[in-house]
Amino acid sequence: METYSLMRAFADSWAMLAIFLIFVGIVFWAFRPGSQAVHDDIANSIFRHDKKPAAEAITRTPRVGADRQAEEA
Amino acid sequence: MWDYVKLVVYGVIAVLAAIGANYAHDLAYQVNAIVVMLAAAIAFVWELRHAGEVQAHPQDEYFDSVVRAGVIATTFWGVVGFLVGVVIAFQLAFPSLNLGNITDGVLNFGRLRPLHTSAVIFAFGGNALIMSAFYIVQRTSGARLWGGNLGWFVFWGWQLMIVLAATSYLTGGTQGKEYAETVWYIDIWLTVVWVAFLIVFVGTLVKRKEPHIYVANWFLLSMIITVAMLHLVNNMAIPVSLFSSQSVPVFSGVQDAMTQWWYGHNAVGFFLTAGFLGMMYYFVPKQAERPVYSYKLSIIHFWALIFLYIWAGPHHLHYTALPEWASTLGMVMSIILWMPSWGGMINGLMTLSGAWDKLRTDPVIRMMVISLGFYGMSTFEGPMMSIKSVNSLSHYTDWTIGHVHSGALGWNGMITFGALYFLTPRLWNRESLYSLKLVSWHFWLATIGIILYASSMWVTGIMEGLMWREVDANGFLVNAFADTVAAKFPMYVVRGTGGLMYLTGGMLMAYNLWMTVRAQPSKAVVNANNAVPAE
Repeated sequence: METYSLMRAFADSWAMLAIFLIFVGIVFWAFRPGSQAVHDDIANSIFRHDKKPAAEAITRTPRVGADRQAEEA
Repeated sequence: MWDYVKLVVYGVIAVLAAIGANYAHDLAYQVNAIVVMLAAAIAFVWELRHAGEVQAHPQDEYFDSVVRAGVIATTFWGVVGFLVGVVIAFQLAFPSLNLGNITDGVLNFGRLRPLHTSAVIFAFGGNALIMSAFYIVQRTSGARLWGGNLGWFVFWGWQLMIVLAATSYLTGGTQGKEYAETVWYIDIWLTVVWVAFLIVFVGTLVKRKEPHIYVANWFLLSMIITVAMLHLVNNMAIPVSLFSSQSVPVFSGVQDAMTQWWYGHNAVGFFLTAGFLGMMYYFVPKQAERPVYSYKLSIIHFWALIFLYIWAGPHHLHYTALPEWASTLGMVMSIILWMPSWGGMINGLMTLSGAWDKLRTDPVIRMMVISLGFYGMSTFEGPMMSIKSVNSLSHYTDWTIGHVHSGALGWNGMITFGALYFLTPRLWNRESLYSLKLVSWHFWLATIGIILYASSMWVTGIMEGLMWREVDANGFLVNAFADTVAAKFPMYVVRGTGGLMYLTGGMLMAYNLWMTVRAQPSKAVVNANNAVPAE
């Protein structure tokens, strides 16, 4: 019972806080500056390689802010 | 050399299964042992005829033959599962359909019900998940499926699991755990196949050519890992004999109940939600021909589901021996879950923004959109029903069954139909589907069928909930249980009719897909892989 109480107290305090902070951290990470270009690139990845596997590994440097605006203009 | 080893292994399995059938303590074990023996014999003969052949796995082509097999299996098991569902729906309305005096109980509701749930969840849903996972992970990684014939092992291993489970239920084998009825040796086999699935999936991700892992793969991978964990913990049991299907569970009492519903709700959360969201995040943008509305939202959707779903199980055990705090925790987490679920629905729906006209012209996208609608509806209804005071009315009534079916028929069924209509012309290299008109018919039959199903279950569920709690002036219960059963009859007939319409839609789809492969002209062939003869 002692172990149970100890784990129970830990679970609904520090562990819960840690899990919550990790989640908040992920949300902030998703909105980090410069993520838009990366996310656009991934979202469009489903339209590549429809018929055949890629011949070689793709290393794509995501288009950053200014380039992208220029391209869209 | 390897072929000879396989021949020996198949032969040994067949002999051992025959011995098992001979020493079996119960009918379910005996029938299962015979099924294993036959499967090993078939594998032996197949191996004998193909020994020495070189299995080609060209890395510049996708491994699509296993996905094609998955399309066929999904369609087949779907129709079978819906058919059994219609039968048991009418058994509830007309109990003489149990045919107890002729079949000695084999076709009783009690045995057909797990056959129905396992057929639609694990056979139809499971094949849909495996085939889409294999298709999606190859396309989004730009790489052929890893592991060569291991993909075939996953496919055939899964079919064997289904046949074993079905024959076991009919002959009386069960663990008595909802959605985890399969007995101990089927559980072990399922674990082996599932780990192979994980290895194939992760192996393909590891050798991907794209720098990033597309979000659909995150959902699918979380489904594979979590289901493995749930399955292992909930099925911890000690067999009473090597020759018996019976086993003794490791947990007991409320711990066992909590473990079961931790499993049960996360089977819904990860198998039927995360996995199918993986399909949604690939097939909806592909069919709409535009990228997902917000990739950021999809990331938040994913992590919110992962952090929340695992806590929701206790809402199945309100007002039981479970401690109050645990059931409150389950309720609160279920209500919070509403938000990410609707975030995901909005993300899927808004993918069509700027292309809403496709809803008029493309019945396949209509199917996918209505599946998202039902996803939204059942992820609102679920949190509401998890509230203790609502649950005190809804629990043990048909409302629960209606809720499950609006999710299963509406969300899982419709998104799978959409995926099948998407995949079939592509996998068999056809110009288009055989008939869009039939897709429209399927759409309306299924939609109206679900509406009949859900609304009749709302009516009957709330009615019986109210009848059960009705007391007279002296505090005596007004209704006997049998009174509620009699009052439900008209709603049961409506429910069965809705199911019949859904089944008819499924059969139209099977015909349409068959004719797409058979009668539609082929497109130009890209490589040997999609040069499929039009047989």
